[in-house]
Amino acid sequence: MRVAEAWRVALDALRANRLRSALTMLGVIIGVASVVLLVAIGTGTKQKVEQQVEGLGSNLLLVVPGKIEVGTAPVVSPLTLKDVDAVSRVVGDPQRVAVTVASGATARAGARSDFTTVQGVLETTPAVFTRSLARGRYLTGTDVDTSRRVAVLGDSVARALFPDRDPLGQQVTLAGVRFRVIGVFAPLGQSLGVDRDDEVHVPVTAAQRLWGTQRVDGIAVKAPDRERIDELGERIVAELNRRHPDTEFSAVTQQQILGVLGDILGVLTGVLTAIAGISLLVGGVGVSNIMLVSVRERTREIGLRKAVGARPRDIGVQFLLEAVLLTTIGGLTGMALGVGTALLVDALSPIPAAITWWSLALAFGVSAAVGIVFGVVPAQRAGRLDPVVALRAE
Amino acid sequence: MTGPPPAIEAVDVSRTYQLDGVSVEALRGVSLTVRPGDHVALVGPSGSGKSTLMHLLGGLDRPSGGRLVIGGRDVSVLSPPEMATLRNETIGFVFQAFHLLPRTSAVENVALPLVYRGVSARQRRERAAAMLGRVGLGHRLDHRPNQMSGGEQQRVAIARALVTEPTVLLADEPTGNLDSVTGAAVLELLEQLNAESGVALVMVTHDQEVAARAQRRITMRDGVVVADSDAPHDRPLSVDHGRPETLVPAPSAEPRSVSGSGPGHPSGGSGGAAGATGRLPHRPAPADATPTPASGRGADDADAVTNGGSGS
Ligand SMILES: Nc1ncnc2c1ncn2[C@@H]1O[C@H](COP(=O)(O)OP(=O)(O)OP(=O)(O)O)[C@@H](O)[C@H]1O
Ligand SMILES: [Mg+2]
Repeated sequence: MRVAEAWRVALDALRANRLRSALTMLGVIIGVASVVLLVAIGTGTKQKVEQQVEGLGSNLLLVVPGKIEVGTAPVVSPLTLKDVDAVSRVVGDPQRVAVTVASGATARAGARSDFTTVQGVLETTPAVFTRSLARGRYLTGTDVDTSRRVAVLGDSVARALFPDRDPLGQQVTLAGVRFRVIGVFAPLGQSLGVDRDDEVHVPVTAAQRLWGTQRVDGIAVKAPDRERIDELGERIVAELNRRHPDTEFSAVTQQQILGVLGDILGVLTGVLTAIAGISLLVGGVGVSNIMLVSVRERTREIGLRKAVGARPRDIGVQFLLEAVLLTTIGGLTGMALGVGTALLVDALSPIPAAITWWSLALAFGVSAAVGIVFGVVPAQRAGRLDPVVALRAE
Repeated sequence: MTGPPPAIEAVDVSRTYQLDGVSVEALRGVSLTVRPGDHVALVGPSGSGKSTLMHLLGGLDRPSGGRLVIGGRDVSVLSPPEMATLRNETIGFVFQAFHLLPRTSAVENVALPLVYRGVSARQRRERAAAMLGRVGLGHRLDHRPNQMSGGEQQRVAIARALVTEPTVLLADEPTGNLDSVTGAAVLELLEQLNAESGVALVMVTHDQEVAARAQRRITMRDGVVVADSDAPHDRPLSVDHGRPETLVPAPSAEPRSVSGSGPGHPSGGSGGAAGATGRLPHRPAPADATPTPASGRGADDADAVTNGGSGS
């Protein structure tokens, strides 16, 4: 009964001061909306990154010299094709092993040119990385063995050099050496802000000759089964360490890459959300302020209620409910605004955004908590008012 | 001592306000007993402590010294929530300033004390409507305070004070904000309710004529009771004689004369100082002699201590 009265009175108080209530809610609305939006963008980005890393192919193991850690300098690779053969023996199936030796180079065709990444690879690349061709064929074992000057173009490169011609069979000049186009990749799109179609694949042997090197930058292995992928990585690293005692090697799985990326994104999202949370806090201070005003305005009413039998707690609950109503109504509105903005951002901009139920539950919970935290002082003050003093208030 | 137990019993109560470090002794040892059905007029010059005493009698405030028993309960041992419940159950207040909730209908205003008693919404409305009928406002149930005249508002306030069927009705200058005709009607209503329902009526008034109609008149001055008398006999009592034995009312509340009958001369026969102050007619909205109502009272605030344990 008493709680029902407190609800009625709290709602009535908000209704009696519509504009003031709305302005007070605005602080909470903005805070909650930005929290919901930022969490949605963080979640969306993470999901997209995960998709893309998964899209590299399943059970992938990347073997590179040096440590994979944020802030460590890249190491000059001591790896050669002999090491690749050794790794193939460890894996037991050469078809599961891919390599890369990459460098930036200018590709020319006639009057057109495009700066791109030239990758020297084995014929196994499409199988290991799950890549498919739009046209033509990929490199063969023979192409690699004979270091034939043939090239497979990424979609972007093909468009840049041959906007109005079929590139198949055409000549491209890479770092001054002529190659024949034998295939064009199906487009992959962007990944982490990188155009994955901006590359040219040539036989690793041809690339090494092009740059006058024996080195291989990294080795990728498609593990036969997911369960033993870590063990396989350890065996490969052990073999490479045996062959190159002076260099450290790392074998990372997709899961580890995801973990590192996820950590980075998590920190970013956390920082942004904390900033949004501060605006929610500021909104809470506004609520506290307006509740103190409300208590002052209604001091005589408080005195009268006490005179007719309201206990301190009845009065306190009434004002606490008023504060909580302010913040939860503001919170719900903010949630709606945040969700709406997130959906718009996702649909109309390249930034991905994904709504999660927990972020909504959190936003609602936090806004209710803000109401309690910032309403409790004014409510206590109201509850403790001396009835005689309150009745005499102006 | 025979008769029913007293509704309120004050023994040597005092009330000292702290105002900017200065002690103001608003009450200095007041003893008095209010019995069920009493009709008491409280008179005295401005600042003599009438309102202070009324606050104590109603459990809105606590004495600084002395013993105060309301409805059989010693207020010194009651927690703030218990005091609130005591007020709700035994006391009805009528204020000079009405104190109705704005934007709230008459019937809801009247029902308010029942809210804090846990009465269901339907019963509240029924009882409040019935009470409004008794004060002659059966046709104004859904009017809001700003849609009613001052006299009507005070009737609503009276209905609110009585809807809980209290034992004592405390009215501090209930006609202070009303014109004389409206005020007279409100007084008549209060006296009639006192006579009919047996609720004790303690009323502060500056009108000697009104005071003279009361069964008993208590005169205050400088924080003490200087006279406590039956209206018919108008017999001053010594200050500390708080329990006039002649005042035991007949057990059944038979109609006391409501009209200003008998010996109570309009000029106010009470001897000495009390009479002089009473001659002031209706004070239009009296400027309160209280310097500042600000609370400087700290620890003995009636509701300052929240008692977590009690109540539900
Ligand atoms: N809250 C307070 N703080 C300090 N002094 C107070 C307070 N309330 C009342 N007083 C003082 O106590 C004395 C009695 O005040 P009270 O209001 O009881 O007088 P009263 O008899 O009701 O006067 P009036 O007829 O003008 O209403 C006065 O001197 C007043 O100044
Ligand atoms: Mg007074």
